[in-house]
Amino acid sequence: MMKFTVFFAAIAGLMAAPALAQNQDLGEALGEGGDVADVALDGEALADDGPLRGTVTDESDWSDIGIAIPAFATDRNRTTPANVDGTEALGREVARVITANLRNNGLFKPVGPDSLPQPSFPQTKSPSWGTWSGRGAEMLVHGFVVAQDDGTLVVGCYLYDVALQDELIREGYEVRPADWRRAAHKCSDLVYSRLTGESPFFDSRIAYIAETGPKDKRVKRLAVMDSDGANHRFLTLGSATALTPRYSPDYSKIMYLSYVDGNPRIYVYNIGTGKQTLVTENTSPTLAPRWSPDGRSVLYSMAVAGNTDIYRVPVTGGRSVRLTNTPGIDIGGSYSPDGSKIVFESDRSGSQQCYVMNADGSNQKRISFSGGRCATPEWSPRGDQIAFTRIAGDFNIAVMSPSGRGMRVLTNGWQDEAPTWAPNGRIIQFFRTTRNSGRSGLWQVDLTGDNERRLPTPVDASDPAWGPIRD
Amino acid sequence: MNSMKATMLLVASATALAACSKKPPEILPPAQVTSPTPAPIDNTPSQSGPIVGSQEHFAGAVGSSSVIYFDTDRFNIDSSDAAALQAQAQYFAQYPQLTFTVEGHADERGTREYNLALGERRANAAKNYLVSLGVDANRVRTVSYGKERPVALASNAAAWAQNRRAASIIIN
Repeated sequence: MMKFTVFFAAIAGLMAAPALAQNQDLGEALGEGGDVADVALDGEALADDGPLRGTVTDESDWSDIGIAIPAFATDRNRTTPANVDGTEALGREVARVITANLRNNGLFKPVGPDSLPQPSFPQTKSPSWGTWSGRGAEMLVHGFVVAQDDGTLVVGCYLYDVALQDELIREGYEVRPADWRRAAHKCSDLVYSRLTGESPFFDSRIAYIAETGPKDKRVKRLAVMDSDGANHRFLTLGSATALTPRYSPDYSKIMYLSYVDGNPRIYVYNIGTGKQTLVTENTSPTLAPRWSPDGRSVLYSMAVAGNTDIYRVPVTGGRSVRLTNTPGIDIGGSYSPDGSKIVFESDRSGSQQCYVMNADGSNQKRISFSGGRCATPEWSPRGDQIAFTRIAGDFNIAVMSPSGRGMRVLTNGWQDEAPTWAPNGRIIQFFRTTRNSGRSGLWQVDLTGDNERRLPTPVDASDPAWGPIRD
Repeated sequence: MNSMKATMLLVASATALAACSKKPPEILPPAQVTSPTPAPIDNTPSQSGPIVGSQEHFAGAVGSSSVIYFDTDRFNIDSSDAAALQAQAQYFAQYPQLTFTVEGHADERGTREYNLALGERRANAAKNYLVSLGVDANRVRTVSYGKERPVALASNAAAWAQNRRAASIIIN
């Protein structure tokens, strides 16, 4: 009986909506992505001595490390769908991707393949030390690209310390040709993690809202891209306004708000099938979708007779549990990484402020007392910080501890809002709106506030949502 | 003309009675304030004028009263809002076959999600006030567009004041 009830609730929650109408703004399905399989590379297993120096928040030393990243070699130049000129040209592209990753985040001083000699295939495992020490490089990245008979690619990635003339770490990845960039991101992550001691973040994706058109007739489409802006796709066509996407922890779905039926409603978009379902069957508007860390349940905010509260519902459908019940606007919500707590936004005190509650809605306590208003709080994947939109005259991105202490403002735009964390909790993306024109773009900043840059997007952009590191 | 007035009164009182039997709205509108009686509505449209059921006809009848405005982060119905909503209620009493949408909007100086919730509040505040004036709640749909659909495009106090609004739109 219990099983039947659950099954029925799931059907009611996910399948009752008229499928045709709610799918009418959707583009072609993206399909499932491929896997990256780790492969063993010949050679001794290496002891990991831990990071070389510092942490990101030290803002010191290692950001000046010179890293040489020459083209990845190939055993023989073979044709591959990944590059019209074959595996040799692909090896150069892989090195370019790694160079851009390490440079764009202000982390190192990388030198890429276009100004470096090309190592031979055997040299990837036995570097020509003199060549590199003579160029002032402290670190050296070598690698290879091999096309196998079945078409799959094996990418090898090696990090060497030039002064020590020693190998620090190596990894190998087997990917479909379409996923060659993932191998480059995995190699970037390997280098970054080995040198900083931080968790990886390059092999991740970003969902966001692509914006076009004049300020009073803005077209807002759901779009996705890799962490470096590559593999960009529009998922909706633009006939209905789309807002506030969030990737599921396993990248199989995106929750977002769409006006496709004329009302603001949260949909669960399935990336593999390209179809979507309502997160909950209800006549009231649903806003601000959020995933739980395990991906099993979701938070949404629902306005009933003008009063907005936060609810939790299993992702498979079923009964919603109301977590807040004040007369004010309670909205959003972001889980602590262990799933035990939720930070959310409420104007119950008279203005937008940030509150923390237990995951069952108990023990709601305000944490923001640093002046100004606190909006769109997002718990760091590391658990140690909460990023939020601080409204004090202008709108800026700030961080504080989960108890509300140690508030630091990281940006200084006219309107910076909606922070989202890199998978390793070291970089924050947000969107910046320009006064008067209303033009918007994605930006990112590290926790020092020093390394800020705009992310290239094909058109204007808002509401970035950074997904987790990919398996 | 007399019989017309009588019909209007009957319709108005009937909808008022219907409204009375409903439970009170969750957000109560503020106490009514005395306000100037809105101009009488011309209910005999000329042959060439806009047809009943069009937004044009509604706007022609109530003028600027089809939109009400709010202070920053507020959603209360002030005296000028009340006067505008009374003009709307009078129109909707005259054309009981009409249904309509109240769109709630916010200015750009707010975060996106909060503004969607704020627009909901504003649309519902306007709806609740109309219902308190006798308009059947079933005739009024609400929708919030947050800050996504501004009418004034500059980034200054005057433009933001125009964008913090609840606009009534005829459905049929």
